[in-house]
Amino acid sequence: MAIELVCPAGTPSALRSAVDAGAHAVYCGFADETNARNFPGLNFSPAEMIKGVRYAHDHGAKVLVAINTFPKAGSFEPWRKALAAAEAAEADAVILADIAVLDHAAIHHPNLRLHLSVQAAANTPEAIGFYAETFGVKRVVLPRVLSVEEIAKLNKEIDVETEAFVFGGLCPMTEGRCSLSSYATGRSPNLSGVCSPPEHVEYVQEEDGTAVRLAGFTIDRFGKDEAAGYPTLCKGCFVAGGKSTHLFEDPVSLNAAGLVGRLADAGVTALKIEGRQRGKGYVAEVVKTFRAVVDAIEAGSDPVEAERLLAGLVEGGRQTSGAYRKQWR
Amino acid sequence: MDQGENQIGLTLGPVLFNWSADRLRKFYEGIANSSAFDRVHVGEVVCGKRMPFNDPVWPDVIAMLEDAGKEVVISALALPSTVRERKTVSALCEDDHMVEINDVTALSQRGGKPFVVGPFVNVYNEGTVRLMASRGARTVCVPVELPLASLATMAKSCPDIEFEVFAFGRLPLALSSRCYHARLHGLHKDSCRFICDRDPDGLNVDTLDGQPFLAANGIQTLSHGVQAFCPTVEEAERAGIRRLRLSPHTVDMVAAGDVYRSLLDGRIEPAEALNRLRGLDLPGELVDGYQRGLAGCEVAGTA
Repeated sequence: MAIELVCPAGTPSALRSAVDAGAHAVYCGFADETNARNFPGLNFSPAEMIKGVRYAHDHGAKVLVAINTFPKAGSFEPWRKALAAAEAAEADAVILADIAVLDHAAIHHPNLRLHLSVQAAANTPEAIGFYAETFGVKRVVLPRVLSVEEIAKLNKEIDVETEAFVFGGLCPMTEGRCSLSSYATGRSPNLSGVCSPPEHVEYVQEEDGTAVRLAGFTIDRFGKDEAAGYPTLCKGCFVAGGKSTHLFEDPVSLNAAGLVGRLADAGVTALKIEGRQRGKGYVAEVVKTFRAVVDAIEAGSDPVEAERLLAGLVEGGRQTSGAYRKQWR
Repeated sequence: MDQGENQIGLTLGPVLFNWSADRLRKFYEGIANSSAFDRVHVGEVVCGKRMPFNDPVWPDVIAMLEDAGKEVVISALALPSTVRERKTVSALCEDDHMVEINDVTALSQRGGKPFVVGPFVNVYNEGTVRLMASRGARTVCVPVELPLASLATMAKSCPDIEFEVFAFGRLPLALSSRCYHARLHGLHKDSCRFICDRDPDGLNVDTLDGQPFLAANGIQTLSHGVQAFCPTVEEAERAGIRRLRLSPHTVDMVAAGDVYRSLLDGRIEPAEALNRLRGLDLPGELVDGYQRGLAGCEVAGTA
C-alpha cells in the first residue's frame, strides 16, 4: 500500500517547495484564528489558497486545509467562511477539531472530505467511531501518545484512515486538551491557536548563562556554552520531589524515520511532518529526505542513511521516537 | 437536597487524586453529613490503574450519599486507553445513575441517556453545546480556561442546559499518556507502585527559582494555585452560571462548601469568601485569572 507523505506549508512558497520536493499532500491554513498556527507572517489568503491548490494539483499533490481551532462562542463566522473558502479552492480535505465546525461542515459541505485534527484528541475506537458515524470523518490524525503496537490494534478496530506524526515538534500532553499555556500566559492552543506565545518569552542574561522565562516563570536555564532553547512550557526544567528535571518531556523533537516501515505495517495511511512555522529550505530538505525513506521502504530496501540525514535538521540535534517505541508505558 | 428552584447549586466534583479506600469512605461520610453540596460526583477520573482499589468503595458511598438526599453523579475516566479502561467506560455508560462523560469515548456510548459533560471535554461554543444537548447532556461543566463572556453567550443560546463552572481546587490543566509520578521516580507506568498516593493534593512542581507553578498527579497536570472563583449571585447569574463545582482536596471541604453556600445565598461578600478560604490549609495560593479573562495563575482578589 502506498504511504501518503503529508507535509507542512506555512506559506505559499513553502507549499511549492514541499510539492517540488515530493510531498504527496500538503497541509496549510487561512491567515486567521481558524487554524492552530495563527502566527504573523504565516498562512494563506483565500486567493493564495486557490493558487496553492492549483499548483499542487498540477503537480499531482493534494492540499488539506487545517481549520482546526475551537470557535469562540457567538463568533462562528470566520470558521463558516474558512470552510466555504476551502471548498471553493477545491481543497482535497479539511482538517477539523471542533464538534460545531464538524457539524456545520457535514451539513453544509457534504462533498468536502473531513479529516479529524489531532486537536480533537480521538485515540479510542469509540471516540473515532463517534466522529465517523456522526460527521462522516474519513481520516483521523492520531495523538502523538500511542505506541506502534497500539496504533496497529486501533487500525483493526476502526474503518477510517489514520495519519501519524513522524517528524518535528512533540507534545507530551494529549493535544487539544492542554491548558498549561493559558494558565501561565492567558493564551493557549484551544483559545488562541498558539502555545507558549513569543510575546511572553524573555531571555534573561545571568552571570553564568541564560534563564529563559515564559510570563515570568523560569522554564529552563542554560550555561554560557549552551544554546538557550525556546521556553515551550512542557519542555521546561522544573523542581519536583527535590529533583531538578525535565519532568514532562526533554527538550527533544520527534523523529520516527526509523519507524516508517512499522507504521505502514500497522495500517497507517499517511505520515505527517510537523512544522508550518518552518522556512521553505527546511521544508524542502525534510520532505525530500522523508520521500526517499518512503520510496526506499516501498521498494523493500533499508533507509538507514535517510535517518542520519534528518538528524541534522532537528532542533538542537536531540531527537526521540516519542511514544511509538512503547517507552512511555 | 431541598435546593430552591432558582438557587445556584453546589457540586462536589470527583476526587482527582489517589486516595485510599479508607480516606475516601471517611471523606464522603463528612460530605453526606454536610448540607452545603446538593450534587456529589464519585468515581475515578484520572487513572484506570487506581480502580481496583477504589471501585469497592463506591456502592456504599453512593447509597450513603443518596440516603442523605444528595444527587449522585458517577464520573467517567478522562483518558481511557487500555482495553480494560474502555470496557469500564462502556459499562458505566449503561448505568442508570447520572453519568459524567469526560471524553468523547463515553459520549459515543451513552445512547441518549442523560449525562453531565465534564470540564475535560472541549466545549467552547453554543454549537457544540447544542449537539451535546441533542444527545442527552443536562449539565455542562465548562473547560477551566473558558472565558465568562463565552459562557454567557452559550447560556443565552442554550437555556435548557445547566452550566457549571470549576470554582474551587487546583485546576486540571492537562492529561498525558505518560505518568509523571512514574517518570519522576524512574519507574515504568506499568509497574508504577501507585506512588501517586504519596501526594494526596498532587506533587508540587516549582520553577528552577523555587516559584510554585504546577502540580503532577499521575498522568494529570494541575495548577499549583488553587482556583477560587467567588462571584456574587448577580455576577454568576449574568454569566449564566447555574452551578459551581468544588474539587476535593485534603482541606476541610465541608468548610469550603459552607463558604460557597454562604456566598451563593448572599450572606457574605466575595472578599469575605476569599478570606475564609484563605483560612483553610490550602496546597497553594488562591487564583482566579481565567474568570477575569487573564492568565489562569493570576492571584484571586487582586483586580
